[in-house]
Amino acid sequence: MKVLYFAWVRERVGKTEEVIDPPPGIATVADLMQWLIGRGEEYAHAFAAPQAIRAAVDHAHVKHDARIAGAREIAFFPPMTGG
Amino acid sequence: MPIPVTIRIQSGDFDVARETAALVTGRHDIGAVVSFIGICRRGEGEATISEMTLEHYPGMAEEEIGRHVDEAKARWPLDGVTVIHRFGRVVPGDNIVLVLTASAHREAAFAAAEFLMDYLKTNAPFWKSEKRIAGEDERVWVDARDQDDAAAARWKT
Repeated sequence: MKVLYFAWVRERVGKTEEVIDPPPGIATVADLMQWLIGRGEEYAHAFAAPQAIRAAVDHAHVKHDARIAGAREIAFFPPMTGG
Repeated sequence: MPIPVTIRIQSGDFDVARETAALVTGRHDIGAVVSFIGICRRGEGEATISEMTLEHYPGMAEEEIGRHVDEAKARWPLDGVTVIHRFGRVVPGDNIVLVLTASAHREAAFAAAEFLMDYLKTNAPFWKSEKRIAGEDERVWVDARDQDDAAAARWKT
């Protein structure tokens, strides 16, 4: 699946997007964030306060308990500040 | 009957008069158009900015705004909606966002414009960063405001 990062999440991770293949057992958005944290310091820094991070699956906002099976694109970003 | 809906995410400016004309020309059923224009503020004191940059999530931004326009159409008798949101660099005084809502009467147009802006602020995937003059032009991410969440929450039924 493709993962995208925006705003300060993007800056901390150090990339705009990547393709990942999480192991079986990573069922939810929250699981995926924990798994990403284990991938390195930059991820640990970006996801240090998971409650501050919003997620979207296939262009729709989801809560952290949303399941990710079948997702093509998952995005992580801070609360939005448009308008 | 489907109503004209225009949603655009663009780096360039928009022309309010032209967008309004596009919505109402040739129509004789529209009695009210409400326009909201969001403009980049300069701020004051420590928070005075020299410029702002808007980052967005292409694809999702259009879809998310579209979902809110659909909800507005379901809630009020609208005859047309235009939403234009800019991305990239803007300076104080520049336009950022335009919402136009057209209806037979003003009540629906006012309410729908306010609804759309409240939801856009908290749900459309855009992020502002700004360069503060006091911080020697260091770029900082703008924090989300609790009052914007409260403004969006009041529309929940």
